[in-house]
Amino acid sequence: MMVGQALRDRERELDVFRNRLMLAGLAIITAFGVLLARFTWLQVVQREYYHTLAEQNRISVVPVVPNRGLILDRNGEVLAANYSAYTLEITPSRVPNVDKAIDELATLIDVAPRDRRRFKKLQEESKNFESLPIRTRLTEEEVAKFAVNRFRFPGFEIKARLFRSYPQGAVASHAIGYIGRINDADVKRIDTAGLTTNYKGTDHIGKLGIEGAYEKELHGVTGSEQVEIDAGGRAIRSLARSEPLSGNNLVVTLDLKLQKIAEDAFQDFKGALVAIDPKTGEVLALVSKPGFDPNLFVDGIDPQNWDALNNSPDKPLNNRALRGQYPPGSTIKPFMALAALEYKKRSPEFTISDPGYFTLAGVAHRYRDWKHEGHGLVNMHKSIVISCDTYYYGLANELGIDAIHNFLTRMGFGSRTGIDIDGELSGLAPSQDWKWQRFGQKWYAGDTVSVGIGQGYMLATPLQLAAAVATIANNGVPVHPHLLKAVQDAKTQEIREAAEPASNEAPVARPENIAFVRDAMIDVTKPGGTAAQAGQGAPYAIAAKTGTAQVVGMKQNEKYDEKRLKQEHWDHALFIAFAPADDPRLAMAILVENGKHGGTTAGPIAREVFDYYLLGKRPNTQKPLEPGDDDEHD
Amino acid sequence: MNMISRAFDLISRRIDGPLMAALALTLALGLTVVYSASGASFDRALSQGRNLAMAVAALWLFAQIHPQLLMRLALPVYAGGLALLVAVALFGEVRNGARRWLNVGFGTLQPSEVMKIAVPLVLAWYFHRREEGLRLRDFMVASVLLAIPVGLIARQPDLGTALLIFASGFFVIFLAGLSWRVLASLTAAAAVSLPFLWSVMHDYQRQRILTLLDPMEDPLGAGYHIIQSTIAIGSGGILGKGWLNGTQAQLDFVPERSTDFILAVFGEEFGLVGNVVLCALYVLIIARGMMIAANASTVFARLTAGAITLTFFTYAFVNMGMVSGILPVVGVPLPMISYGGTALLSILAGFGILMSISTHKQLVSS
Repeated sequence: MMVGQALRDRERELDVFRNRLMLAGLAIITAFGVLLARFTWLQVVQREYYHTLAEQNRISVVPVVPNRGLILDRNGEVLAANYSAYTLEITPSRVPNVDKAIDELATLIDVAPRDRRRFKKLQEESKNFESLPIRTRLTEEEVAKFAVNRFRFPGFEIKARLFRSYPQGAVASHAIGYIGRINDADVKRIDTAGLTTNYKGTDHIGKLGIEGAYEKELHGVTGSEQVEIDAGGRAIRSLARSEPLSGNNLVVTLDLKLQKIAEDAFQDFKGALVAIDPKTGEVLALVSKPGFDPNLFVDGIDPQNWDALNNSPDKPLNNRALRGQYPPGSTIKPFMALAALEYKKRSPEFTISDPGYFTLAGVAHRYRDWKHEGHGLVNMHKSIVISCDTYYYGLANELGIDAIHNFLTRMGFGSRTGIDIDGELSGLAPSQDWKWQRFGQKWYAGDTVSVGIGQGYMLATPLQLAAAVATIANNGVPVHPHLLKAVQDAKTQEIREAAEPASNEAPVARPENIAFVRDAMIDVTKPGGTAAQAGQGAPYAIAAKTGTAQVVGMKQNEKYDEKRLKQEHWDHALFIAFAPADDPRLAMAILVENGKHGGTTAGPIAREVFDYYLLGKRPNTQKPLEPGDDDEHD
Repeated sequence: MNMISRAFDLISRRIDGPLMAALALTLALGLTVVYSASGASFDRALSQGRNLAMAVAALWLFAQIHPQLLMRLALPVYAGGLALLVAVALFGEVRNGARRWLNVGFGTLQPSEVMKIAVPLVLAWYFHRREEGLRLRDFMVASVLLAIPVGLIARQPDLGTALLIFASGFFVIFLAGLSWRVLASLTAAAAVSLPFLWSVMHDYQRQRILTLLDPMEDPLGAGYHIIQSTIAIGSGGILGKGWLNGTQAQLDFVPERSTDFILAVFGEEFGLVGNVVLCALYVLIIARGMMIAANASTVFARLTAGAITLTFFTYAFVNMGMVSGILPVVGVPLPMISYGGTALLSILAGFGILMSISTHKQLVSS
């Protein structure tokens, strides 16, 4: 009985067990059914979808940045080039504690405080997921050191990149400009121009000068590469590649050697010089002193250098040649004379007796000549040679401001010359309308008198003066200064000359009037002229005019005494010239800030430039430029 | 009989032929996939080969142990395992935020691995002793025997292992005949306690469940594993991309591709056909295990064999479900395929016990 009971229990227990096992078996079959259904769903029904996703995972189209075009001077000297170097870059979003990571990096390779500051600045200006350089120009050894320790630095990457370099340093920096990292404003411009695709992968863009103005030529066409990538985003191999098209090389009109000589001629003076071939408008030298080293901008400038450049009282970033608006002073006189001849207000023979001042009828105010005792009898020729102020006070008064405005506008004053780099300012050729609109005041006769000697409201840039004097050199046919000489096509290697401006423009003045002014300007550099020093012993004739621009205004009866003034308040010296006077090959305008007299500081600079350009003569021993103490003012 | 055939007989005496054949095929398949998943690394395959050799030795060893002896060992092993778990809780080493390892001088030990075998054994032993008639009280004792190690392991925290050990113990209780009424009320209680369970879960555990529901919510974080593995499997299609040719796997898009997520590599390179073959092999192994359980002669043997088989199924299902995106991500390797020695060892040891039960039954019944 007991045994039977036990047996039955055992059988019942076995039944329960087998039932349960069966149930489990059913559950298992169901579970595998579910799994197989899932696999079928993924691998048969949704296969295309997942296949596409896998391909997208695997294949990445990366931009291949084109080489930026070179910038060469007219003789093939390299002004801007590229070189390839390793950089170490950080993607901040992938690094939990950037500062700590950089500290750690500094134990491995050199990280200068300057690098850190620059990185901080870049970080503030960029988005978190952008790759930013912490170190550039790594040596092979540094690259190797980092590569070994790479695992310690997630988010850090060594990249081989092309860099822009300016082998000439500060020379011609204002003309060449520089490239810098693309900022938000650039992104917007690129976007508006519809060039976003072409700028994929590009970090830098031309900011100023030739680099900025001819960005389109220089950049080239971005290529692309299909690469297989792994989950870490590293390229494993290339699947297909469309080559980028390098940017075009630019040949600019500058003559590097001439540029250097011109810059050196300034010695420690600040100022500007624009030298133009009057027949073509090609700018052979464009100086703005002091300059800056454009190489500083390429990798992103560090705050210290930026502050130094930006806050310097010398304003090295200001392109004085295009943006410096100065009273032209006596350099305006040849144009005033030309205006009077054109409008037949004065004949060359007309002579005044100069008492040393000019007065307007019924006004007590004396407009003084720079020569206190006056120049005696002065006709038009002499007025230019000795720079008689009194002559031009009267001449301007007779012409009237509107005639002056009209003629000066024809000469290119008061509007941009249209040179092919950005930033040019327009100066000012004042008129009655202008004063009314600007100040809501009527124009007074006295305003006109000051304009007659290039003071008062009158403002001009060195570039405008250069273009104007070149126009006289070019027999009155307007000259349009430009910097691009030719473009070398990257694809065909063909050289396209920049389109010369049509030379069928009418002369701004009659030939005999031009000839008259030119002859007077030639005598300026002869003994007795205000720039006799500049012309001394020159085997070619120089036509020139000196000028002085007041920095501080003087009260009536107050005598200008440079010994009492600080140097930054000394007058600016101006000089316009072209040579050889009978067949001009070079015309230029020079401004020397605080150089006092055009003849003594600016004149010698002009002479060095002419001597080199016309005779191939290099200045041997440079005499220091001394703002002369001689009596001659202008 | 010559020497060779006697030696062969000695070796194969306790080996269940059909089960061994299915295991061997699966293991060979596993080695092939590990080689591919490790980026065609011969070293890695060789290392897995060593793991395999050790695990097969363990299988053979367990197959020699008589079920009677195993039954007698169940309680001491369980008690020892429990002591180690307590030691882990007190002095364990913390890695990746979990206290799972015990430093025993010459190396580290993960006592939860021991419990994978000890728990079903001790429960089977307990029900075997009580075979005269099981009452509700017996099931409650069994529940306590199960709850203590599961609780300790869950606290480490190692929810995946805790769940699997719970499953293995639960299978014993289920097969022993826990009444449907109790089962139903337990299920109801579990359902009610779900919100509570949610509140005591760790953040990363909750995240895994949320991720399952919507992997795209955090595609580069928590959802990345699942998204990449489903892409891998789906893009494999019917025939697969071919061995060593899975782009998802070979280019490192699939994380943990040679361990927990190896199915993604397999599914990508061998396609639906490969998956069906693998499932078929698993079903064969499970079916043979259930046959052995059904024909076992003692309660202990039946329950042990049944629990080992069902636990094996659970491993396979949880891993495949996780990698194909229908279950949350739990750290469970794909049995006999994934790279790694420990899991392989405990699984093949389990099959050694199955073989022992299958080949010793005549002796017991006689």
